[in-house]
Amino acid sequence: MAMAALRREGRRIAGPLMTPHPVNPLRASLASSDLCNREHALTGVRFISTQVVRNRMKSVRNIQKITKAMKMVAASKLRAIQTRAENSRGLWQPFTALLGDIPSVDVKKNVIVTISSDKGLCGGINSTSVKISRGLHKLNSGPEKECKYVILGEKAKAQLVRDSKKDIELSMTELQKNPLNYTQVAVLADDILKNVEYDALRIVFNKFQSVVSFVPTTSTVLSPEVVEREAEAGGKLGELDSYEIEGGETKSEVLQNLAEFQFSCVMFNAVLENACSEQGARMSAMDSSSRNAGDMLDRLTLTYNRTRQASITTELIEIISGASALEG
Amino acid sequence: MFRRVAVRLLSHRRHFSISEIPVADDLFMAAWRRIVPNLDPPKTPLAFMRPQPSSASAASTPSKLTINLLSHYSSELSNKQVDMVIVPATTGQMGILPGHVASISELKAGLLSIHEGNEVTKYFISSGFVFVHSNSVTDIIAIEAVPIEQVDPDSVQKYLTEFTQKLSAASTDLEKAKAQIGVDVLSTLNSSLSG
Repeated sequence: MAMAALRREGRRIAGPLMTPHPVNPLRASLASSDLCNREHALTGVRFISTQVVRNRMKSVRNIQKITKAMKMVAASKLRAIQTRAENSRGLWQPFTALLGDIPSVDVKKNVIVTISSDKGLCGGINSTSVKISRGLHKLNSGPEKECKYVILGEKAKAQLVRDSKKDIELSMTELQKNPLNYTQVAVLADDILKNVEYDALRIVFNKFQSVVSFVPTTSTVLSPEVVEREAEAGGKLGELDSYEIEGGETKSEVLQNLAEFQFSCVMFNAVLENACSEQGARMSAMDSSSRNAGDMLDRLTLTYNRTRQASITTELIEIISGASALEG
Repeated sequence: MFRRVAVRLLSHRRHFSISEIPVADDLFMAAWRRIVPNLDPPKTPLAFMRPQPSSASAASTPSKLTINLLSHYSSELSNKQVDMVIVPATTGQMGILPGHVASISELKAGLLSIHEGNEVTKYFISSGFVFVHSNSVTDIIAIEAVPIEQVDPDSVQKYLTEFTQKLSAASTDLEKAKAQIGVDVLSTLNSSLSG
């Protein structure tokens, strides 16, 4: 009888690791789930096996470590690029002071330059840029007007290719392979200006305000012909005629150079700001992800402890009841 | 880190009281709200402009010139009050004094000198634009602006000989153009260093 008790003890201890023994044929048939091992206590309550919970805890812990590491990486990249973005902020101010920024300008050929990231896991900034681009497209399409996209970055391309494939004029990816510099952006701007016919270029990007706040912004650069037209029409650009144009052969040549220079300066600032926003968004996304993983880990730990204690209690109950059955 | 930026912006605002630039384009906002009601309208650069000094009335001429020297990697000088600036425009050296007529001109590679009282600061500029506004605010936007003290004369000489060699050895038009640009900029730099 002692041997029988011992045998029963052995089975109980090894219970969590085995498929349930047929204590009761009815209960055994219910235990054919392949997802989790069920241990049927005498009370009839089912428990998830501790092994399953342990596996889950291990994977959640790994995820937490990975997301924490990604947050650190994003933080260091952000620090590197933030000073450059802030320094380049002065670059577009004189152009806006001179020419103003009139997104409501009415032109025939609009080109929307959407700046996005190549890599994911950066929160919602790319979706916001795409939504704004689509909004601008809607605003600027009409009977005589046309609106095209130029896309920088993989993520916006993936989203816009779905419904506006025919409107995409040019797309460029892998901008951040080498650290961003003005020469690269100047070449990019040159490419766009040469290959795309435009009356107004609208650049959509996320401006970096702080590590947790990114403001979707749009800058409008007008082609020299439109600038001349608006100058004649009066309004903000009406003062442009009072400026004496020096250098170059003709006024239009200087205005052309001006427009191209403005575009490259604005692009440079936009690309840097977007890169900062991307790193900042990734930081906060990974931070919330590791926090969620931590919460999940806490809950799983509680479940694990509860399961473990319950199985110990069950064993004790069985041993004691078996012993008392022997005595009594 | 971020408080520093905010403080810097605030300190700029302290200098000027009037800003003539509207904060947002009303037509655009109205059209956006009508057509895309679910989304907040994007901000435009107007919302992020630093306030500019007001356009001077026709009578008064400010006594000092306010200059901003900007390049893509930093704002070298912002809202600095000086007496005179000499810029290397494509049409030649151009001097800008307070009360200069409003103008836009292209710059070529050359020396930029800023005269403040008795001291003269010199920068070498690769190229860019200069805007002189009617309120004697001058914006000099350069692709590269280097204080002349930081330029090493020996390496200038070395690169000049290298590029002159490349120019003579160049075969295709592209190589010739590249070498020519190098020679032009470096010889200007050379003469700026000495002159």
